Amino acid sequence: MPAEALKCKECSTPYPLEARYVCERCFGPLEVAYRPPGSSADELRRRIQAGPHSLWRYADFLPLDRVPRASLATGLTPLVRADRLAERLGLGEVWVKNETANPTHSFKDRVVSVALARAVELGFNTVACASTGNLAGAVAAHAAYAGLPAYVFVPADLEPEKILSAGAYGAHIIAVRGNYDAVNRLCTQVSGERESWAFVNVNVRPYYAEGSKTLAYETAEQLGWELPDRVVAPVASGSLFTKVARGFQDFIDAGLLRGDVPAMHGAQAAGCSPVAQAFAAGTDVCRPVKPDTIAKSLAIGDPADGPYAVALARRTGGSVDAVSDDEIRAGVRLLAETTGIFTETAGGVTTAVLAKLAERGEIDPSERMVLYITGDGLKTLDVVRGTAAVTEIEPRLAAFEDAVGRGVAEGTPVTSALREAVA
Amino acid sequence: MSVTIKLPTQLRAAAGGAVEAQADGGTVGEVLESLYGTHGELRDRIAGEGGELRRFVNVYVGGEDIRFLEGLATPVADGDEVTILPAVAGG
Repeated sequence: MPAEALKCKECSTPYPLEARYVCERCFGPLEVAYRPPGSSADELRRRIQAGPHSLWRYADFLPLDRVPRASLATGLTPLVRADRLAERLGLGEVWVKNETANPTHSFKDRVVSVALARAVELGFNTVACASTGNLAGAVAAHAAYAGLPAYVFVPADLEPEKILSAGAYGAHIIAVRGNYDAVNRLCTQVSGERESWAFVNVNVRPYYAEGSKTLAYETAEQLGWELPDRVVAPVASGSLFTKVARGFQDFIDAGLLRGDVPAMHGAQAAGCSPVAQAFAAGTDVCRPVKPDTIAKSLAIGDPADGPYAVALARRTGGSVDAVSDDEIRAGVRLLAETTGIFTETAGGVTTAVLAKLAERGEIDPSERMVLYITGDGLKTLDVVRGTAAVTEIEPRLAAFEDAVGRGVAEGTPVTSALREAVA
Repeated sequence: MSVTIKLPTQLRAAAGGAVEAQADGGTVGEVLESLYGTHGELRDRIAGEGGELRRFVNVYVGGEDIRFLEGLATPVADGDEVTILPAVAGG
């Protein structure tokens, strides 16, 4: 399904497949448009199944002249059946797409893989990004593998785990005194002045965004070429959320799947919920907010794809919900306790929204749910600091027996408190 | 009152290649009208039919998004800097 052009999502003006991201006529976002696939569903399926064990197996649906000969192995992350989580929430069938299994432990490896490959095709010699943290690490790592210099721009108050890990790959880290929206604005300006730099989520954003479609492709393939009924995914800029739906639609259009795009449920933190607020207000105008939440990877107060995310949720019978910081912490804990997957705060948001939907009784037990867990808990350790029940003892058997005798090693009071918080 | 308007790369061709422009007015709306007076082609790019900003155009006064201020009615002072940028980036 070769890419044909960039097209404005607002006014449909076409542009060549260059490093552009904004329509010059109306400032609308540009998106990659494809020609219909020239192959039958059976041929496409065979090609995918014979492809590499990574997101490059979906090359037929990606905007590259050719897939890179070598790159960090991204994608084909586990889709885990989460029966204990389902049982806890009174649901029937829940699956978790575990994106912590990517090379830099978040879904951002997907978007960066595609953006960087396209940037190289277009002749760029430096990669850069505006990041809430996970993207910084992904850009730094993939640039290191490709041998390109990287500049990552982040809010100065970002979690140290994210800044330190991006630094480990040798990236130049620009810590901006301001929130993500200020960082983003600065990068928009810098990208206008540095012609040899590919800002993955600015001037090559249309290619970058396509990487998130592979989340849907993999989900469908891992479910045995079937669709889920509903998905829950985090909403920051709204890019992942809208592209997951596009991915399912691509496969439906190509004849690889039968049915409709799942009901799309978006998840935001109450401290940064411009999209959830627009959804609740029945409008698609997302009024920008000043973020104040522990879910820093979702702290985008002025979401570029917000209006499209609202429209998508509405069109598919989904929703966009917001959860408090306490619910986020409880969500992190609930997922870890029931699935063995330790997620960062964004996954806490997603899990807490699933719990909220279950509680509202919106999900029939016969429905198949997929939860997108987009990042790793080791990057936001601060939110679990002090929550583990630790029993310190002398290295003597008697001390251990004594501690067990007092019951400390058996039940953890913290757990039940959190369980109540999510219920 | 005279303010400096910083133009994004995507608008420069329609403004004869200018990187910035001087404009007059007491509010953002008036300043933009003044800008359209100098560079007529910019009106359609920035504004919709009712004169409101297109939904993917962001305007900042002294670094603050005017949606956090008073929108097009946001007052500007002599020497202020007004920046126009595409909203679509990031994520």
